[in-house]
Amino acid sequence: MRFFRNPDVDFVGMRRYAFIVSGALIVLSLVTLLVRGGPRYGIDFTGGTLAQVHIDGKIDIGKIRQAVFDAGIKSAEIQNFGSPNDFLIKYKEEVDASDLVKALKQSLGVDIRLDRTEEVGPRIGQELKKKALLALLVGLALMLIYITFRFDFKFGVGSIFALFHDVFITIGIFSLLNKEITIPIVAALLTIIGYSINDSIVVSDRIRENLRKLGKVIVLPKFISTVNRSLNETLSRTVITSLTTLIVLISVLIFGGPVIFDFAFALTVGVIVGTYSSVFVVAALVVEWTQATHKGRR
Amino acid sequence: MKSLKWRIVIVVALFIIALWTLYPTYRYYSMNQSQLETLPKAEREILKRKSLNLGLDLQGGMYLLYEVDRSKLKPEEVKGAVDRAIEVIRNRIDQWGVFEPSIEKLGEDRILVQLPGVLDRERARSLIGRTALLEFKLVAKTSLVNDIIKKVDDKLHEVELSNLPPDSDTLSLDPNPFLNLLGRIGSDVIAVPEENVKRVEEILNMDEIKAVIPKSYEFLFGKPVEREGRKYRPLYLVKKDPVLTGAYLTDAKPDIYRGGEARLQNTPVVSITFDRKGAARFAAVTGQHVGEKLAIVLDGVVQSAPVIQERISGGRAIITGLDSKDEAKDLAIVLRAGALPAPLKRLEERSVGPLLGKDSISKGITALIIGFLAVVLFMVFYYRGAGLIADLALILNLIFVMALLAGFHATLTLPGLAGLILTVGMSVDANVLIFERIREELGLGKTPKVAIATGYSRALITILDANLTTLIAALVLLRFGTGPIKGFAVVLSLGILVSFFTAIFVTRIIFDYLIFVKRIKKVSI
Repeated sequence: MRFFRNPDVDFVGMRRYAFIVSGALIVLSLVTLLVRGGPRYGIDFTGGTLAQVHIDGKIDIGKIRQAVFDAGIKSAEIQNFGSPNDFLIKYKEEVDASDLVKALKQSLGVDIRLDRTEEVGPRIGQELKKKALLALLVGLALMLIYITFRFDFKFGVGSIFALFHDVFITIGIFSLLNKEITIPIVAALLTIIGYSINDSIVVSDRIRENLRKLGKVIVLPKFISTVNRSLNETLSRTVITSLTTLIVLISVLIFGGPVIFDFAFALTVGVIVGTYSSVFVVAALVVEWTQATHKGRR
Repeated sequence: MKSLKWRIVIVVALFIIALWTLYPTYRYYSMNQSQLETLPKAEREILKRKSLNLGLDLQGGMYLLYEVDRSKLKPEEVKGAVDRAIEVIRNRIDQWGVFEPSIEKLGEDRILVQLPGVLDRERARSLIGRTALLEFKLVAKTSLVNDIIKKVDDKLHEVELSNLPPDSDTLSLDPNPFLNLLGRIGSDVIAVPEENVKRVEEILNMDEIKAVIPKSYEFLFGKPVEREGRKYRPLYLVKKDPVLTGAYLTDAKPDIYRGGEARLQNTPVVSITFDRKGAARFAAVTGQHVGEKLAIVLDGVVQSAPVIQERISGGRAIITGLDSKDEAKDLAIVLRAGALPAPLKRLEERSVGPLLGKDSISKGITALIIGFLAVVLFMVFYYRGAGLIADLALILNLIFVMALLAGFHATLTLPGLAGLILTVGMSVDANVLIFERIREELGLGKTPKVAIATGYSRALITILDANLTTLIAALVLLRFGTGPIKGFAVVLSLGILVSFFTAIFVTRIIFDYLIFVKRIKKVSI
């Protein structure tokens, strides 16, 4: 079967809409980030303690909140995690998670199992933040180097823009949903960087291949139609590949459990945004640019 | 097609090797705990070493990052301090009996300890993080103690007076500000009530106060004690220079007290044995100071301070004042392994319980199976016969990746498991690229033979190219990531690399077989 039988979508003609969609997403991301004062960092980056506890029987989260407060932890953030019996408790105080659990057992009179703890010193948090940022920058720089070798200049710039676009919007959506940026999320962002450019490469290769057939002098309308044709020719592949990746990611989102959920969620958002940008944004930018500089000469 | 035969031989051979490599993993993880225990220990460990290793987040365990605090070391001691600390930690963990611990130096002064299967956080910390510096120090005579307390009192009073604003009522000041913070246990042990401990520490740290305490002496706290419902910490004035240290120790064993003191009967103790030199010194010192007290100091805290009854010549001593048998056991371990050359500071700690780990495994595997089946069905649905071929490549891809992980005894983490699932979705990309090309070529009216050949050759460059960027990202993760993230990066890179082989090489064999041997005239794609 085929989803697209000789598709003929005017992607380039739709670029205004693409700019509106992307612009709106970027503004939305920017606004949420500004309103919330930057991304919400997890304890990996802020330092602090995280305890994942399992409580048998039904218990009200308000009660836990009070008990944690009474145990001398005023900065705690408590959230339900996956099931009604599992909770995440995050705090800054220098109280050991085991001691907190002991205190909670006593005051709540229930059995509590400590499933996971993370304790990150403030200095390490700062370091991890720097390291994560460095990893992202190195990742971007390597892509940049690769792109300059691989693409023509305009496509390179367009792809780089698309990369920032994808990562920024993913961070924005995380911020909008008040999800935390942790180390696995940074890893997901890096993977998105690698994955998103992959589609752009396939598209741009096809454009180059098709342009070559046209000979030396190419008029602008011909250029645009070639870009369009290339996008249509690779559309099937772009969609199928993203679809199979999305299928497995959705499987992880549904069945993979809460520990891995946010990681898979970041990848899912990234794959969707990345696929969108490689079809609608990169070529649109290149066309816009060519139009502006060549004024129909080429 | 002669080469076809050889290509089939290569694939089948690799497949057999992969299954062979995976067999121990299958055996190990299909056995339950009691079945495993029936195996001899050596065989079990070999089997485990040949199996796929599970990360701390999947099998449960602890991740501890320490910094060696070298600030108080002499310049000549700084070099080698971290290596020595690693050696000591390794000794302690080996004696504790953790299977496959990992202890590595990170950067200049950091030590990363990973303990699979370890869940007792407190115990792990006290075994690893404790300096375990054992010192024997003579306790000052009561007259000297009283004298110095008096001096501290006078000085403190003087300081407090000078700090008063002018024209205030000087008489309202306590003339014994230090003494009145102290209490006593029995006749001669000074004990500070819990609520005053902080203040006493502050006072003893004041420069003016330090000046009145003789240079060769220092105040040390003892372990907390409870008397009549109140908590105290004993305070001892001891000679700074230890008469003996743990460096002279040859053995330390947990034991039960069977000595003369009724109060200590049947309490846990650690009995230590000194080497010849240590024994001689111990004998000499105890001989000279009969009737005085000797403080046994562990990491700056007085463990106990028994009165020396007689000269002790056998080179043996016992440490009392332990709370439990476990404490005695652990103390014996750390003393045997030796003291750390410098204190450790815990920077980061992560732990995962075994139930959560098991839960993550079963959820991850469910997600893998369902994601895998969905992709397999989709490929058949969308590409028909060719989809089946791609599915075969996908199965081979998973088997090869797992075999590589098991073969190198690499660690599978939860993100690694996610990476494996992601590989399922991403590695079919190569086949999608090829199949789309073949469809295009067929659409142009080419024969299957030509269409397939062109499809493969045209798609090849694109496949290499497109996957390279994901590979670059994975390598960056490998370089910057730790633990679980590395696991993800490893699996993702392996998945992509293996897909070059399975999705291109293997599928081509099948197409060639169909075209050249079966001589099919129509491709199902």
